Amino acid sequence: MNAKRTDFIATVVIDLIVASVVGILFFLLAYILTAGLPHVSWSFLTGATDAFSGAGGIGVQLFNSFYLLVLTMLISVPISLGAGIYLAEYAKDNWRTSLIRSAIEVLSSLPSVVVGLFGFLLFVVKFKIGFSVISGSIALTFFNLPLLTRNIEESLSAVSRSQREAGLSLGLSKWKTELGIILPVALPGIVTGIVLSAGRVFGEAAALIYTAGQSAPVTNFADWNPMDPASPLNPFRPAETLAVHIWKVNTEGLASNAAALSAAASAVLIIAVLLFNLGARLLGNYLYRRVTASK
Amino acid sequence: MEQTNSQLKNQDTKSHEWDTRLHHATKATHEDWIGRGISYFCIGIIILVVASMLWFITSKGIATFTQNHVSLWKFLSGTNWAPDQGQIGALPMILGSFAVTFAAAIVATPFALGTAIFMTEISPNRGRKFLQPVIELLVGIPSVVYGFIGLAVIVPFMRHVVGGSGFGIISATFVLFVMVLPTITSMTVDSLRAVPRFYKEASLALGATRWQTVSRVILRSATSGILTAIIFGMARAFGEALAVQMVIGNAAIMPKNLISPASTLTSQLTTGIGDTIDGTLPNNALWSLALILLLMSLFFNALVRFIAKRGQLKHER
Repeated sequence: MNAKRTDFIATVVIDLIVASVVGILFFLLAYILTAGLPHVSWSFLTGATDAFSGAGGIGVQLFNSFYLLVLTMLISVPISLGAGIYLAEYAKDNWRTSLIRSAIEVLSSLPSVVVGLFGFLLFVVKFKIGFSVISGSIALTFFNLPLLTRNIEESLSAVSRSQREAGLSLGLSKWKTELGIILPVALPGIVTGIVLSAGRVFGEAAALIYTAGQSAPVTNFADWNPMDPASPLNPFRPAETLAVHIWKVNTEGLASNAAALSAAASAVLIIAVLLFNLGARLLGNYLYRRVTASK
Repeated sequence: MEQTNSQLKNQDTKSHEWDTRLHHATKATHEDWIGRGISYFCIGIIILVVASMLWFITSKGIATFTQNHVSLWKFLSGTNWAPDQGQIGALPMILGSFAVTFAAAIVATPFALGTAIFMTEISPNRGRKFLQPVIELLVGIPSVVYGFIGLAVIVPFMRHVVGGSGFGIISATFVLFVMVLPTITSMTVDSLRAVPRFYKEASLALGATRWQTVSRVILRSATSGILTAIIFGMARAFGEALAVQMVIGNAAIMPKNLISPASTLTSQLTTGIGDTIDGTLPNNALWSLALILLLMSLFFNALVRFIAKRGQLKHER
């Protein structure tokens, strides 16, 4: 077999591989959307779940997912911003920094189920908070911190040195330079990273099963006092999210239409994640244009 | 005398004022202290989280051996998992985890390599515009959705094709294959792009075909990067919980073949930890499984570092 023929065969094989990978994605999306969308209706999206069989709507779960997401972001963005600034600006190139970096790497490579179990051990077993929104969102924060920190550090480090020097030469402190000059320039990258991580957090289930719990008590959506046990905002109530609901319906659910239910819930989840991905791209591009004044 | 004294005093305070300007911290310095404090505090939180995670899981995980006096060897080599009867043999789960991990990596690697070569060497344009979003979408699909599709499509398919229940290692392998594919692909793309341009140009100038260039020059010089990518994929497969748990059948018995129900460390953890009481042997045994997961994740981490170091040495030479 001569070289040209081998080259031709290899190219054909690679094309086939690529076609099958693309095919797999299209099959996945098409399957979820065709199996799920027919069952998605307004009453499904807002309705209550039957606590015993798991049948019925996903209103509470959908709310829980967003509520957990918002709380997680409120906790994890400031921390990873500070940590990212530390790594990009203050960290010296020595053994301590490399130890910190490996700690972050270890945290990011830990399986999410281990992170969830740690949250379970800390909040449910040790602190006796029980399965709750707050336990879940802190567990998700642990899961989210390393990636967000790395993203913020990379975005900050990518800003050119001259911008830093300009700030410092005007007599600004390092901190002011970072907040007032570097951060706005790095913002598009940071926002993209935050929205992408929001998609990840939104679909995460393994870290939540034993922290936010697997039950979604019916909440009173007219009651917005966070201290009230029936209020949807109460951070100490158990909160099954959409992703956990899909898992639960499939493994322990007694609903006769479990497949249709979880297909519909998966379709909603996928659409939400797609919107996050698209949103990240659009928002990042928009901010980039605003900040750099380029077209 | 008095006058001179006050004059002196005046001079003194003046020089003193001058002094304050030089020796006291300015507003900017104060800001910097505060900023430094905030950022140190944030990084401190992360370090605290990592340290307490390692400490808590380790101390919980070794309780099986220190409090319940199960021998480590029995734990690792025992094939009988019935914690309520005092039988703590974790080998079925350990084998299950390694089996699905290696199988998924073996299936996924050719696909990932092919896609990465297409994206970097054959059609970089279409790669960037079309395949990049495809890979990103595959990463973005949540693991429960993969599990659900496995349950709704792959399990019935396997039941139809090979018989049995359809649950088992092979179904888990297929689900994990799709899940690790984007991880391995995107990291392989990065390492192929990092190969210096002139390597490729030199090879093509010698009259090598594209495939010869790819297989003998580009893949070879990107080997350490590709290995790293595969290990990252394996780490993801090893730690994946729900998608595997949904399709593997969750029977804590020694896997006899690829098509009968089995279990992994993660699947046993997700199904078991809620049903056991804190501090009892069945609960401690599950924490020991979690400790194995933790140690394996550290091992994968160390392996990546080792390979990266070797790769660097090679380039320097």
